[in-house]
Amino acid sequence: MIDTPRCERAHEPSENGAAPPDDSGFWRSGSLKAVGPPAGRLLLRPGAGTLLVRRRALAVAMTLAAVAVGVGVYTLLTGAYELSTTEALRVVVGGGSDLDRFIVLGQRLPRVIAAVLIGGMLAVSGAVFQSLSRNPLGSPDIVGFTTGATTGGLLVILVSTASSTLTIALGTTVGGLATAVVVVAVAMRRGGAGENLVLAGVALSQTLSALNDYLLSRATIQEAEVARAWQYGSLNAITWVQVRPLILAAALLIPLSIGLGRPAAVLELGDDAATSLGLGVGRLRAAMLGYGVVLAAVCVSVAGPIGFLALAAPQLAQRLARTAGLTLSVSAAMGSALLVVADLLAQRLLAPFQIPVGLLCAACGGLYLMWLLGLRRPVS
Amino acid sequence: MNAGALLGGLGLLAALCLLSLAVGSRPMGISEAWQGLRAHDDTIASLIVWQLRLPRTALGVVTGAALAVAGVVMQALTRNPLAEPGILGVNAGASLAVVLSVWLGGITGVSGYLWFAFAGAALAAGLVQLMAGRNVQAGPTRLVLAGIALGASLNAITGTITMYDTRAFDSYRFWVVGALEGRDATLLVWVAPFLAVGLVLALTSGHTLNVLALGEEQATALGARLKRARVLALVSITLLCGAATAAVGPISFVGLVVPHVLRLFLGADQRRLLVVSLLAGPILLLTADIVGRILIRPDELEAGVVTAFIGGPVLLSMVLRRGESTR
Repeated sequence: MIDTPRCERAHEPSENGAAPPDDSGFWRSGSLKAVGPPAGRLLLRPGAGTLLVRRRALAVAMTLAAVAVGVGVYTLLTGAYELSTTEALRVVVGGGSDLDRFIVLGQRLPRVIAAVLIGGMLAVSGAVFQSLSRNPLGSPDIVGFTTGATTGGLLVILVSTASSTLTIALGTTVGGLATAVVVVAVAMRRGGAGENLVLAGVALSQTLSALNDYLLSRATIQEAEVARAWQYGSLNAITWVQVRPLILAAALLIPLSIGLGRPAAVLELGDDAATSLGLGVGRLRAAMLGYGVVLAAVCVSVAGPIGFLALAAPQLAQRLARTAGLTLSVSAAMGSALLVVADLLAQRLLAPFQIPVGLLCAACGGLYLMWLLGLRRPVS
Repeated sequence: MNAGALLGGLGLLAALCLLSLAVGSRPMGISEAWQGLRAHDDTIASLIVWQLRLPRTALGVVTGAALAVAGVVMQALTRNPLAEPGILGVNAGASLAVVLSVWLGGITGVSGYLWFAFAGAALAAGLVQLMAGRNVQAGPTRLVLAGIALGASLNAITGTITMYDTRAFDSYRFWVVGALEGRDATLLVWVAPFLAVGLVLALTSGHTLNVLALGEEQATALGARLKRARVLALVSITLLCGAATAAVGPISFVGLVVPHVLRLFLGADQRRLLVVSLLAGPILLLTADIVGRILIRPDELEAGVVTAFIGGPVLLSMVLRRGESTR
């Protein structure tokens, strides 16, 4: 459990922009001596090793971000309405015909921005959940959160007459939060966070998805079509009206992850170690849970539930960056890159029919999870 | 086996069948329903009972039995108390195949898509078994997750297909909740032979399943032909789930709840479990159907929704129990 590289995240300046370990209040606290070896090992491993991990993670994050931007630009400038290179450049520098500008900036840009932000936020949410549950499978999907958020959103869409992005967001947040609280409460009551969390989540999400099916069957076909387009997770109909609040939410929420990264890494050492290091374990856990839930709920409210991204992105990021622990910035870059690519495929694969990107992600994510479970030797 | 309990179960099932004939949007007394059933004439009560409610009740009995027995076989085969056709993606496989057949072949009516449902169920059951076989020691969670993953992938493809076509989606959204209501009576004629074969296969495999439960090495040492036993069990699961899903839509949790509850009373003897689940499955499904009819009158709650609301908490309680036992 206590891998050194995982702990190194605690004092990784590039990751969270914090001061080097020795200057932080946390590491100056006298409690460190009382803990002994596990924490001591951290301090005995400065220098080259740490730097190496950080450099690789940084490189991976930059590459992924470049992929996201590159594919995003390609998505902007190609499609059913083609632009020549000169036309495209003209739009980019602020010129171009009105139609060109409308297609690129009014239609395609919000969608690409949404893909970047939602991918990144879902990945961070997944990383927080996985860190919290100390389980690589403890993503918002698996613990039933996404299904609960869907239930909340569907209720708002189908029951209320006028549903706006804001009310849907409220519904998804309440639904997701309630589900997450129940699942975590059940799992924690038995002490085991890992397996029990997953099983409790499966139990609850199966029940809730039956409820979702029922809600859909009770709506008129028009309502059901609207709700379903949302339920499958899609960026098809996204406009600036949804993207503006999304940008605002991302600007508020993502910086918070910087403050959470370090205590989260300490929490991964185990409750006892974290407590003896002076961490309020209960409060921290609640804060992380709330943070992960709100992040995912914002994404679900804008695009609907996009399956498995939160599960896969942090895992893939971890593998590429070869860190033992979860790295929030690499995860975020991975999530953005994945969703931008997935959305491009969803748009073009069966064009002119647009596959809801959530379905594409669920199909691929399911296969990925099966591979994770079946072909690879034990997860942890 | 305790003959008294068995008789009691039979009596309960008979009473539920009668109740299922009486309850509905036009409520009537049990005696009125009984009269209508016996008379089989032109009175309104008789028409309702014979044309609307009897097929529904009969469908509930056979699919309930099929799903519960499939659950017992699946749990024995995978040696996993959480195995269930709904959770492990077998129903999702059947659903996808049905939707595919409607989309590609324009097939409507059970007679057409039954074969597709079998194919889908078989494929999913085989895949899950493959994953289970690799990870017998890995514990029940992994298999459940494999089922969830498989189900998610299959459902995503199903979803994409129904996105194409509003008409397909409109019928699909009613079929997918899993209900006994409003199903064609001729369904029964079509699925009955397959269910019968599946049930016979399952019921005669009790001894082999008992041996399999001991673990592969023990079973081989006792002379069990593992491959043959596995294939037969998979065939019976496929027939039972495929036919039941084609008939009434995917209904999950019956196959989980029934064996789990029965095991509390009967122990782990698969032969007993199989026989008694033949009664308990219909009892659960009919109860769910009746409760669904009463709960939000004059509207109805589909049986599949009710079983999910019964099954979710049962699964949760199993999680809690596991937590206790591992401590």
